[in-house]
Amino acid sequence: MKSKPVILKVKRQDTPDSKPYWQTFETPRKPMANIISCLQEIQRAPVTADGKRVNPVVWDCNCLEEVCGSCTMLINGRVRQACTALVEKIESPVTLEPLSKFPVVRDLQVDRSRMFDNLKKVKAWIEIDGTHDIGEGPMMPDAIRAKRYVLSECMTCGCCLEACPQFKAGNDFLGAATFSQVRLFNLHPTGQAQKENRLDALMGRGGIADCGNAQVCVEVCPKSIPLTESIADIGRQTSLKLLKDFLSK
Amino acid sequence: MIKRRRKVIIIGGGLTGLSAAMKLCELGAEVVLVAYQSLKRSHSVCAQGGINAAMNSRGEGDSPDNHFYDTIKGGDFLAEQPLVRDMCYQAPAIIHLLDRMGVPFNRTAEGHLAFRRFGGTLYSRTAFAGATTGQQLVYSLDEQVRRYEHDGLVEKLEWHEYLGAVLDSEGICRGAVIYDLRTNHVFCLPGDAVILATGGPSQVYAGSTASTVNTGAAATMSYLQGAKYANGEFIQIHPTAIPGQDKLRLMSESARGEGGRIWVPKIPGDPRTPTSIPEDERYYFLEERYPHFGNLVPRDVASREIYDIVYQQKLGLGGEPMVYLDLTHKSKEFLDDRLGGIIDTYTKFTGQDPRTTPMKIFPAVHYSMGGLWTDYETDAQGMIDTLSPRNQMTSIVGLYAGGEVDCQYHGANRLGANSLLSCIYTGLMMAPGIIQYTKNLGKAPEDVPTSLFDQAQTFWSNRLTSIRKMNGSVNPYQLHKELGNLMMENVLIVRDNGKLAQAVEKIDEIEEKFQSVQCVDSSDWANPTASFINQLYCMIHLSRIITQGALMRDEFRGAHYKPEFDLKQPADFDPHEYIDYLERSSYEEVPAEAFPPGHLDYMKRFEANNEKWLKTSIAKFKDNKPEITYAPVNTSIMTPRPRKYD
Ligand SMILES: Cc1cc2nc3c(=O)[nH]c(=O)nc-3n(C[C@H](O)[C@H](O)[C@H](O)COP(=O)(O)OP(=O)(O)OC[C@H]3O[C@@H](n4cnc5c(N)ncnc54)[C@H](O)[C@@H]3O)c2cc1C
Ligand code: SF4
Ligand code: SF4
Repeated sequence: MKSKPVILKVKRQDTPDSKPYWQTFETPRKPMANIISCLQEIQRAPVTADGKRVNPVVWDCNCLEEVCGSCTMLINGRVRQACTALVEKIESPVTLEPLSKFPVVRDLQVDRSRMFDNLKKVKAWIEIDGTHDIGEGPMMPDAIRAKRYVLSECMTCGCCLEACPQFKAGNDFLGAATFSQVRLFNLHPTGQAQKENRLDALMGRGGIADCGNAQVCVEVCPKSIPLTESIADIGRQTSLKLLKDFLSK
Repeated sequence: MIKRRRKVIIIGGGLTGLSAAMKLCELGAEVVLVAYQSLKRSHSVCAQGGINAAMNSRGEGDSPDNHFYDTIKGGDFLAEQPLVRDMCYQAPAIIHLLDRMGVPFNRTAEGHLAFRRFGGTLYSRTAFAGATTGQQLVYSLDEQVRRYEHDGLVEKLEWHEYLGAVLDSEGICRGAVIYDLRTNHVFCLPGDAVILATGGPSQVYAGSTASTVNTGAAATMSYLQGAKYANGEFIQIHPTAIPGQDKLRLMSESARGEGGRIWVPKIPGDPRTPTSIPEDERYYFLEERYPHFGNLVPRDVASREIYDIVYQQKLGLGGEPMVYLDLTHKSKEFLDDRLGGIIDTYTKFTGQDPRTTPMKIFPAVHYSMGGLWTDYETDAQGMIDTLSPRNQMTSIVGLYAGGEVDCQYHGANRLGANSLLSCIYTGLMMAPGIIQYTKNLGKAPEDVPTSLFDQAQTFWSNRLTSIRKMNGSVNPYQLHKELGNLMMENVLIVRDNGKLAQAVEKIDEIEEKFQSVQCVDSSDWANPTASFINQLYCMIHLSRIITQGALMRDEFRGAHYKPEFDLKQPADFDPHEYIDYLERSSYEEVPAEAFPPGHLDYMKRFEANNEKWLKTSIAKFKDNKPEITYAPVNTSIMTPRPRKYD
């Protein structure tokens, strides 16, 4: 018996300012299939369920193993990566929509440059003296490394921002991913040199004070990054800094 | 005179492109970084296991010379020795630099860097950050580049594609033709030099561990523009990947480095669950066949053995071409800490937990040892001349290449965890030479007649317009799959001249079909299909380089295995005999009795084969085909000798 095809309802949009519309596709059900392989089937046969020949669906992807963060979208209303969305584990018909908090480029493709700009705002880097051979890095207990490693797995996918009620298309809330990155760099012995600057960036508009503590971010993070822990920690760091700034005035 | 800032265009934001950008900024150049996607999402993030540097931190007696020896031997002597030596000597400094940049490398109890074992060596030489080392390295380099971007030294052009080089009448590269993947406009970027850090070509095969952008198109376009492409036939098949429709996901060699064991049930098609099969009914074939290196033999060896087990011995799991990779004897805590990343991947994609059930794995196309031919220069002592403009320059003047897209570091087979190293090494190492090159260059980009750029721009816009108008009956994505399957069937682990010759003809047929492609996307905004069709065209030419090279190379070397030309090393052979033999034969006729029976004959075969084939194959584009010639390899430091791992 032939197994039932996968039905995909895709929200499409031709250009950033055109109106979105929906199309339905059917793709063959194959072992180990994921949403990416279904979208690839559509590329190979770009015909809707009712037989209309259309442009293939456009989406972003690259690594296909959930480390690059590209293929983030809403699948059955839930924000996640399309590569790890295994067809046998999700309910068909499957709806696919682009992230709603970022400008749509085309179809499921969005522009997440805001996330990268935020990394610039908080100086998310270690200020090294240069690339020359000047010896070893700072000694560090493995426990600190382990703490940093977990935070460093953030792939800038945007799931946490999509889910966050404070993060909106028009505002300048920095969001959980950025807060967590500040924690990552402030934990590093050399990174601490810029700690105050980073905290400053979080104490203005769109900063940590705007976080409503809804804690939905942590639930959707595919890398299980302890975002609420980061938010609490950054909250403490900024409060301390406030106090310090006040006392030294 | 005011010093002019040099403008260098880097294509690719993986480890190579990012390291080059960082170093060039430090040297005062103005850098434009071009990539298909956000740099942070480059393919290098996939790398799991680690990066090699001989620091001897466990007192095992490791040294850069040992690292050099393992790399050269692992690559079956086809790598350029002076470069590999320099890379191995620079490796510890590279690790320290990365550590200073904040890479969360695993550490020892005392807080020093920790090292794990990898294939092809007996030392613990691989620094690692959990099982997502590539991701961590990309991030920290990306952060350094972001810092330069913040300071206005780097301009990023993400969502842009490199189409080709702008060459002047003397054939010198004066800039790059760029395609905006959103507006779909074509424009030229004038520059003093262009670096291709565009990664590997594994998408030429249907079953690979590669990211979707790894089509090798940029390298192939350079070949079509006249650059030499070297050692294309050396494609690494990784022994351990998990099946999937869209991609084969890698289970890093680090799984074996941390104690993972490969086995199959001794009874063919044994229906029992793996955990209920007793020890003495399991065949740990790598451990039995290679008591010395065991599960950590180099990849070419492991892949061939798995091939033998599943196809010749018919011992694959349930009759399928798969074997077990078993970690269940390790504690959960250990596995989570050291291999968490890949364990998650396996669990997410198969629904099974490798901590309690052995993983089912099989070989997948993984890496290209070959790539654009690049140059280098040594000084009187045979050391790399670090200021030479020739370092990493392709055969097109002013066009540079580094990372997986080059060809000099891994010979006929790459050792695990050496690629991340060669990417960062080449990115850093080529920078001073490039600055030197731009100083020697007479003209600044502004002095190059604008007509040159106008012509290139017009050529490429016309080409993309005509691609967009292609209106045949063939779906380009379907044709890509056909090409990929053809390569899987004919140019993989075990190679046969009959099949290779057929494959060459079938590639011609695919090229025929390419004429009837339809550009299935009619949009002129963010249309990925037009650019994909151009890449497909490149992949057809690239598959020809690989297949033709494989057909012509009548020997067995590293990843290129033709059973017909196996020199049949006697089981009791010791590679040192060959060194004795070479010495003795330099002054006398060596009598057969000087060595155990059969050995002298074998060594003579080996010597004659090297005489003929220990050469870099070089493809040049001519009459729509690769014309392949052979060039000598620099083996001045270590005498080539037979490989042995048992
Ligand atoms: C699953 C996996 C695991 C691995 N694990 C390890 C490991 O543990 N250790 C190890 O040493 N090696 C490992 N490797 C190999 C290693 O990851 C790669 O060889 C290496 O990352 C390649 O880096 P690169 O800088 O050359 O290019 P990439 O990281 O592939 O980057 C290429 C860049 O070029 C851009 N680009 C390409 N073409 C164009 C174009 N035409 N226009 C614009 N931009 C373009 C891409 O967008 C990208 O930014 C692994 C590989 C895989 C697939
Ligand atoms: S806690 Fe709430 S407001 Fe704060 S970042 Fe998370 S989801 Fe957004
Ligand atoms: S914190 Fe998690 S959800 Fe947010 S961007 Fe990073 S990986 Fe994605």
